Amino acid sequence: MATTPTTPAPKTNRIGLAVIDYKGGRTTLCAGCGHNAISERIVDAMYEMGVQPERVAKLSGIGCSSKSPAYFMSRSHSFNSVHGRMPSVATGAMLANRNLLTLGVSGDGDSASIGIGQFVHLMRRNLPMIYIIEDNGVYGLTKGQFSATADLGSKLKTGVVNDLPAIDTCALAIELGATFVGRSFSGDKRQLHSMLKAAIAHRGTVMLDVISPCVTFNDHEGSTKSYKYMKDHEEPLQEINFVPHFEEIDVEYDEGTTVEVTMHDGSRLRLRKLEVDYDPTHRIEAVRRLMEAHEKQEVLTGVLYVNPKAPTFIDLLNMTEHPLATLPQSVTRPGREVLEQCMEELR
Amino acid sequence: MATTDVTLQDAGGRLERKAIVNDMSIQVATVNGSGSQSSNTVLLRSIFQMGIPVSGKNLFPSNIAGLPTWYTIRANKDGYVARKKEIDFLVAMNAETAQEDVMSLAPGAAALYDEPLKLNELRNDLTFYAVPYDKLVAAVCPEAKLRKLVKNMIYVGVVAQLLDIDMGEIEKAIRKQFAKKVKAANLNLGAAQAGFDYAAANLKKQDPFRVSRMDKTTGKIIIDGNSAAALGCMFAGVTVVTWYPITPSSSLVETLIDYMKEHRLDSEGKATFAIVQAEDELAAIGMVIGAGWAGARSMTATAGPGISLMAEFAGLAYYTEVPGVIWDIQRVGPSTGLPTRTSQGDILSTAFLSHGDTKNILLIPNSVSECFDMATDAFNLAEQFQTLVFVMSDLDLGMNNWMSDPFKYPETPINRGKVLSKEDLEKLGNFARYKDVDGDGIGYRTLPGTEHPAAAYFARGSGHNEKSQYSERPDDFERNMERINRKFETARSFVPRPEIVANGKSKIGIIAYGTSHWALIESLDQMRKDYKFEADYLRLKAYPFTREVHDFVEKHDRVYVVEQNRDAQMLSLLKLDIRPELTTRLRSIAHIHGLPLDARSVTDEIMTMEGK
Repeated sequence: MATTPTTPAPKTNRIGLAVIDYKGGRTTLCAGCGHNAISERIVDAMYEMGVQPERVAKLSGIGCSSKSPAYFMSRSHSFNSVHGRMPSVATGAMLANRNLLTLGVSGDGDSASIGIGQFVHLMRRNLPMIYIIEDNGVYGLTKGQFSATADLGSKLKTGVVNDLPAIDTCALAIELGATFVGRSFSGDKRQLHSMLKAAIAHRGTVMLDVISPCVTFNDHEGSTKSYKYMKDHEEPLQEINFVPHFEEIDVEYDEGTTVEVTMHDGSRLRLRKLEVDYDPTHRIEAVRRLMEAHEKQEVLTGVLYVNPKAPTFIDLLNMTEHPLATLPQSVTRPGREVLEQCMEELR
Repeated sequence: MATTDVTLQDAGGRLERKAIVNDMSIQVATVNGSGSQSSNTVLLRSIFQMGIPVSGKNLFPSNIAGLPTWYTIRANKDGYVARKKEIDFLVAMNAETAQEDVMSLAPGAAALYDEPLKLNELRNDLTFYAVPYDKLVAAVCPEAKLRKLVKNMIYVGVVAQLLDIDMGEIEKAIRKQFAKKVKAANLNLGAAQAGFDYAAANLKKQDPFRVSRMDKTTGKIIIDGNSAAALGCMFAGVTVVTWYPITPSSSLVETLIDYMKEHRLDSEGKATFAIVQAEDELAAIGMVIGAGWAGARSMTATAGPGISLMAEFAGLAYYTEVPGVIWDIQRVGPSTGLPTRTSQGDILSTAFLSHGDTKNILLIPNSVSECFDMATDAFNLAEQFQTLVFVMSDLDLGMNNWMSDPFKYPETPINRGKVLSKEDLEKLGNFARYKDVDGDGIGYRTLPGTEHPAAAYFARGSGHNEKSQYSERPDDFERNMERINRKFETARSFVPRPEIVANGKSKIGIIAYGTSHWALIESLDQMRKDYKFEADYLRLKAYPFTREVHDFVEKHDRVYVVEQNRDAQMLSLLKLDIRPELTTRLRSIAHIHGLPLDARSVTDEIMTMEGK
């Protein structure tokens, strides 16, 4: 008698989905591109947090980074929009449906050059969304020109030296009002993973600048966005430990060396300080430390600033809880008596 | 003591000129920021309340305070509301332009002026009335800093006395204008009365112009096109509004904010809408598209420079097939141009707004009631065809006051177009976003947040196939673009049909659109009366053109296309659409001065071209 072979059921998360339910299409980016590692971290974080993929809206602008939403979470709606203008499209989507979990993927050219205007205003509004800059310092799709996040003195493959200072998108974001600002490195699997899970738990604008080396145009000697440079210059501020709200907390921690932040959904973000004096809830200090890092040629990574309590743009609009997109006509078209009243006022 | 300055006593029996009743234009020349808008509105409303058809046009500078501004009120018993070229009664309050204002009047006109200006010395073929405003205002307004504003209400009283406007109606209009501000209303009423009393005691009526009660405005309303559009959008079920301030569109959204706050809060006081002032027009249209993609009825309002900035995004919406409504309150371009003057100069650029092959649906209202009605049309068409719809209003329509029959409650249900729900997907199993299932070119869409594993699709501005997967295949691209074009062809049968006034005999046709209509209907009467010339008339309401437009050109030997731009933009669009052999029938009558079109200019031009 033949026995029925038992294949083990795939591992599932708290909403019963397997990791495959979070996968996307096959990447068309270069082998070794940092962006692919970021896509993988997004898949893992969304899976582990048990996010319903249909609740997620993925948006992007134009560039290599902006192609990447095709490579994760195929069950989520996605909008690949125009160069530098994804923030406005994301804002519109959130106005239409406040229940979406909006994830924007941009690049350094998309955000810090053509899109700096919309980037600035997105940060200022504290719109609830996760905004990731996949930052490699160059324009990949147009074959390797400098972007505005390239560091002063960094060198192109052709030998051209960048003679303008870099825009620090994290410093800008903190100054302007984003409420969760971090910097990470696509090669730092553990840190990025924890940071993304915390990002999902946050309500407000999350701005993550992830250094993501371009293996084709900016991974050589003289580049400050290469794998090697990052390995030599990365200065993590903390060791990040994220405890989601649906997990029991059992690990004790030392209050002297660890900062604990309670996130919007009740999750806990524990930051074990590697730099003793750094306080990630202090905006002014965060910006000062970032400026100092530039002078010292350090790439500061970790949670630079977090404030889980600030009101978001959606809070300020006093909107009904029901998504505007699906309000019925009975709610969106006032009755005949209202028109009659308006007409009377105009007689 | 001032007396009537009449320098005309012996000018050929002018004193016995036959009274001209309910047919005149009054022009008030002032300085902007002086509060004259209230006075002018009171004058307009008083005449309206007397049952006389009336229209008001504000010719103002792009400035906060201190530059010349003119307000023209036309009262006309036959109901003509277009700008009248000739001024019959001038109220010269601006010392800087007074001389030129007086010099430009036609003989026989009347001019009311501030006594120290001594304008009566300029000409002897006009009727002059002098008023010592400073003296009068000092007596009724003890507070010196308010006098500049109150002074303007004095001319209202003087004009009322000279033209026979009922002071009871003036009082009613003042009370309405100042609504809850009783003190201000009383102060202004005092000033108007002082002007009235002064005129009664000191000015001898010498001109023929006067008004007399009629019953032609019963039940009507007075509203500007932007407010009408705002009301229309509220009843069209708009949910997301994004905007960037630009003249002459700002008041559309500002009025909408007021209406929505009053009438669109739910039982818990929560907004059933979101209105966001964006950082620029790029962001405004981006938000409209994001919201439209996610299922909102979204809109923005702008003017030419904003339309230019929206060009790239318009192509994204066209190609990803996202609905949205854009109100273009046209002003004079190119560039900053004349930002406070009216135009129809965005027709061609908006029809094809964006790069590549893009064609957009345009709706063109001619009246405040069409601003109201076309709001519902615009949103329904946008969602039905999953595309942007542009409503091409203009400054004349948007910012000036028009009388109208009360608006009719929209009977058309809100049409959300082809949207698949979770339940639909459960039945279907899956769907292809850009597949032409019904043969009308329109695919089915889903909204983000729809809880079904097959709901998601990837909207992208880059090449894509039916399933919205990335594709650079030539056949995919071609098929997709042809399908989108099919939508546009389908739209021909759904956009508002033109208004046609034809006797079936005339071989001459005239095509016009938007606010040109009001000059046109008067011009048609002028041609009939003065030249015994009959022409048929078609008023366009939309692009793409419907069947009737082709038929109209076909039936006429010559077709004049009247428009308010230099390059005959609508004529150019018509040329692309009609059969090539018919294109030579089209003739352009184009105006670009920035003033609302007047009938006489149109009549003269067409009659000259017709050899009359």
